[in-house]
Amino acid sequence: MSRISLKVDGVRYDDDVDPRTLLVHHLREHLGKVGTVVGCDTTNCGACTVLMGGKSVKSCTVLAAQADGQEIETVEGLAGKDGSLHPVQQAFHDSHALQCGYCTPGMIMAAVDLLAENPEPTDDEVREGLEGNLCRCTGYQNIVRAVQDAAAVMRAEVPAPRDAGTEPMEGTRGTTSPAAEEVAR
Amino acid sequence: MIPAQFEYARPSSVQEAVRALAEAGEDAKVLAGGQSLIPMLRMRLAVPSTVIDLGGVSDMRGVRDDGDALAIGAMTTYADVIRDPMVREHAPLVVQATETVADRQVRHMGTFGGALAHADPAGDMPSVALALDMMFDIEGPGGRRAVPAGEFFVDYFTSALSPDEILVSVRVPKLPGWGTHYEKFNRVAQAWAIVGVAAAVRRSGDTIEKARIALTNMGPTPVRARGVEEALAGAPATAEALASAAARADEGTAPTGDVSASSEYRSYLATVLTRRAVAAAAGIPQDG
Repeated sequence: MSRISLKVDGVRYDDDVDPRTLLVHHLREHLGKVGTVVGCDTTNCGACTVLMGGKSVKSCTVLAAQADGQEIETVEGLAGKDGSLHPVQQAFHDSHALQCGYCTPGMIMAAVDLLAENPEPTDDEVREGLEGNLCRCTGYQNIVRAVQDAAAVMRAEVPAPRDAGTEPMEGTRGTTSPAAEEVAR
Repeated sequence: MIPAQFEYARPSSVQEAVRALAEAGEDAKVLAGGQSLIPMLRMRLAVPSTVIDLGGVSDMRGVRDDGDALAIGAMTTYADVIRDPMVREHAPLVVQATETVADRQVRHMGTFGGALAHADPAGDMPSVALALDMMFDIEGPGGRRAVPAGEFFVDYFTSALSPDEILVSVRVPKLPGWGTHYEKFNRVAQAWAIVGVAAAVRRSGDTIEKARIALTNMGPTPVRARGVEEALAGAPATAEALASAAARADEGTAPTGDVSASSEYRSYLATVLTRRAVAAAAGIPQDG
């Protein structure tokens, strides 16, 4: 057994795991994080996407032991404490960016990762950025729309951590943030 | 699908890793980013007794300026390679080819050295290594040795690495004055190359001085298109000269046929993609 320590959606977990345990199975079966699903189990579909150290990974293709010491964010950690949806979740809801919904947790996490790197993507960049996520209902039109809507909402917010607590001052910081991000890129 | 049981070691230095590998014996496997190995473990195509995870060896990550070359740590992820300002400046071919590998998630985990050590003939990095004449720094119980790309790829999924050796870093020569391009043909996003062509070309005015062309997935290892290189050396930088040179792209290759393409189609693709890759690398306008 390997001793691992993970922070998952803000909570620290110390566990002994069999080295062959995949991260997705550890999340679902040991930590109860069943919002992250197993789709293809072959590294193709992206349904199991989570953020590890802030970057999207396919959790069916990471050993739990490899994730030792890392911070993991799953789709269950996106909403605010008051239940308010993350802008990407809200946009997927508003645009009906899903049919069966099985790809949605991974799609949303991949979109969160993409927008963190590229806050103002073109439609092509969204499609390219989500190439690791398959929707077999073929709902891509609405998915691209949702990601663009979420990007617009997020650009209007202050580029600060979501849990910063205080609300941005309307207008000033909100309107200057995209330019600041442009410079940062 | 769950991998078979294995022992797990997570060394924190190259020396520790080499020692752990020696102790674990021939059935051990080295884990880099795991984006090829973990699928093989899941499908039980690989059933190692011990997995040596290099994820904790921080010395093997990152890019260093090494004078005439860049030294890319074997554990540097694809994503970090793409973002690295030195790689972007001195090895744009590496950036361009790496951007075509799989998808964002895989590029966040998958490593530059892992892809090369895996020696998949359909992988994009091996042909780029050949075209740029990279040098592989390898460490084993007997110390360190360097192997040029031309001798590193031995057969399907087989490299010059002995079972007790680890690929530590790869030196990528800076090629001032060369133009480069990677041309990849696949049918769907994130798929492996059906055929790929890595081209590095040095022009002198209206003449092609030198060209190095390497092909992805045209045999059990990546292979240099020597016939094309010969034909291009000293040739005028024109569409006509290029077309006749590129027609020799499949000389000396041994492409297989599979569900994606017959061997004949792969041979045809090699000529078309070579023409496109060299045209882009050398700035030769093409009609179609």
